[in-house]
Amino acid sequence: MRGRSAVGARIGGGVVALALASVLAAPLLAQERPRPKPTDSCLDCHALLEHEPAKKFPEDIHSVRGLTCAACHGGDPTKEDMPEAMDPAKGYIGVPTRVQIPQLCARCHSDAAFMRAYNPSLRTDQLAQYRTSVHGRRLRQGDTRVAVCTDCHSVHDIRPATSPLSSVYALTIPATCGRCHSDAERMKPYKIPTDQLASYQASVHFQKLTEGDLSAPTCATCHGNHGAAPPGVESVERVCGTCHVFQEQLFDQSPHKQPWESLGFAACSTCHSNHRIEATGDFMVGTGERAVCVTCHTEYDNGWSEAKQINAKLTELDAALGAAVALLDRAERAGVAVSEGRLTEASAREKLIKARVDVHAFRAQRVATTVDDGLKITAQAEAAGHAALAELAFRRKGLGLSLLAIAFVVLSLWLLIRHLERPQA
Amino acid sequence: MALGLEPLRRWYDERFGHFFSHLVEKKQVPRHRHTLWYYLGGMTLFLFFVQVVTGILLLLYYRPSPGEAFESVQFIMTQVRFGWLIRGLHAWAANLLILTAMLHMFSTYFLKAYRPPRELTWVSGCLLFFLFLAFGFSGYLLPWNELAFFATKVGTEMMAAVPLIGHWLLTVFRGGEQVTGATLTRFFGFHVAILPLLTTAVLAHHLFFVQHFGMSVPPGVERSGTARPPMPFFPNFLLRDLMGWYIALGVLAALAAFDPWELGVKADPFAPTPAGIRPEWYFLFMFQTLKLLPAKLLWIEGEQFGVLVFGAAATLWVLVPFLDRNPEGRSGRLFTFAGVVIVVYIVVMSIWGLRG
Repeated sequence: MRGRSAVGARIGGGVVALALASVLAAPLLAQERPRPKPTDSCLDCHALLEHEPAKKFPEDIHSVRGLTCAACHGGDPTKEDMPEAMDPAKGYIGVPTRVQIPQLCARCHSDAAFMRAYNPSLRTDQLAQYRTSVHGRRLRQGDTRVAVCTDCHSVHDIRPATSPLSSVYALTIPATCGRCHSDAERMKPYKIPTDQLASYQASVHFQKLTEGDLSAPTCATCHGNHGAAPPGVESVERVCGTCHVFQEQLFDQSPHKQPWESLGFAACSTCHSNHRIEATGDFMVGTGERAVCVTCHTEYDNGWSEAKQINAKLTELDAALGAAVALLDRAERAGVAVSEGRLTEASAREKLIKARVDVHAFRAQRVATTVDDGLKITAQAEAAGHAALAELAFRRKGLGLSLLAIAFVVLSLWLLIRHLERPQA
Repeated sequence: MALGLEPLRRWYDERFGHFFSHLVEKKQVPRHRHTLWYYLGGMTLFLFFVQVVTGILLLLYYRPSPGEAFESVQFIMTQVRFGWLIRGLHAWAANLLILTAMLHMFSTYFLKAYRPPRELTWVSGCLLFFLFLAFGFSGYLLPWNELAFFATKVGTEMMAAVPLIGHWLLTVFRGGEQVTGATLTRFFGFHVAILPLLTTAVLAHHLFFVQHFGMSVPPGVERSGTARPPMPFFPNFLLRDLMGWYIALGVLAALAAFDPWELGVKADPFAPTPAGIRPEWYFLFMFQTLKLLPAKLLWIEGEQFGVLVFGAAATLWVLVPFLDRNPEGRSGRLFTFAGVVIVVYIVVMSIWGLRG
């Protein structure tokens, strides 16, 4: 016990003494190259003392790539003797402060030449981005409660973002951001809402993400990762438009563009909300109870009638396509190959999708043109369904006749056998 | 002989002896309470002919390359007149053929028809059954759909478990380390050239042995003397056989029309193995057994152990006539008991594999 506290005291002393030591030795550290089997006296001692960082570090990507504790904390891990190993003259900095952390990580991560040796495709502008983020700006102002690198990426067990165990893996990002942003107590001084995670978890984006589509947007997709900040009313449309390209283009040409801008309405989120973006449907456009159009439009204005027409056309194509699909399904279940009908169905479905995208131009004529094209193709799919069912009827009739013929032959054979084997008089 | 064929028969007999005349005039088929089992052999033969005919028709359109195999089968099913029927018949008859061959083999086993002098009839029959399994395995891959691709991958992986020559076998059958287009062309070659050649040779011997030694009367019937007077092979037995063939044809046609064999989706060698991949029903009991074996058994790998045991069991099965020295005595009862255990094992494992 005494031995252990003595070691603890020495480590503590070392930390205090060496905390004053130079961050100036950083460039030297940055030049350190990975060694296949590094001698690491830091790990040896801290593992012996069962310190958490020593337990976690072997799994850390930096350790896996051959970096040692000294790469961040400085010192000389080849020395067994503690004062020598933790010598400030050799760059030992102890535990970095929160303010120091972004700069410390950036020593390597902003050095394109250095990073090339490890991961040439990794960006090296994280620090520059971080400085533009709300987190980075507040940190500069002295707010040490904001997120720094280690809050999101974890510390001593950092994994690449592609690892499912990483705190910044696509599926985990919402929870990682939510750790602070759902904490009402923590967010109190900033006076921002704390329901983003709950709202996002009710969204279609989260649903797709948890269904296995890792390209579905997470917090970082819309807000940025290192440069995280709210998009702001004026840029919401651009943010959504990175994925929903056509919707953005159509909205720019729509009659809503000008008035909304002057009223200060955010483009997409006015109808679709921001974090709680639910699955859309034809019900959203039109004059029904769940239609978003009726929030602003009344029965006597142009928008009302346009919305009503748009909904009617979409419903018409959707119903026609449903009927054609039902025919093809019936034939397919009965064993008739309907691959060509399915191709036509897919083309018709594309038209329906296009019509639904066209909604964002908010012009009934445009939607009607696409829907009419879709209806023509749907008619072909329906014809293919009818043809398949006719083929089915033909097969069944043919089979029935064949079975009758077979039964007749079997019966004849049986009678012939009986005739041959009848007792001779 | 009716139909004015007498001169033709005389001409034939003068040159080739009386083989067919004997078959037509003299051959007798025993008649007793187990006679029904005799028809399974004829039914299997009929289904084999269905396979030959439908297989030749499919060959007219099928293309054995990864880029065209799936599309050509799709073309057969959608564009070729009655192509759906031909492909359906081929797929269904393949399964019915193995079923009837299996029933035929087990009925022969339990009725002790392998007793001297019919040892070679049994051996050639067993070889035919293994050839049919090989037909099933090689034909399964040919449509190049997802299910077949991964089932072949799993199936050929088992070859690697054969001691000493496992890896060599795997590369020979796959045409490399992986299941690729080379595997497809090889399997096609086996399916349409090598296996038909072997089957024709073995089948000719099997049929010759059947004709030469005639049908066996089960020992129980022999002992009890309950057999009725035999019936002439021609036309009485042949007409009954014909009835069986027609019934099989009816069942086949109904299956092909009402439950068509699905084509599935085209194989994508780069896609992850989908869940629930399993071989055809007749390999299920082996697949399930290998799945249940521990990683290590005795001093060898579990899978290797399983493959060795199945190999040894198949060899013993072929050699049954030489091992069962006293089919009507104690050893015969032991073999009957072993047969029951084998049947129960196959049924239980297959159901387990189907559900799991």
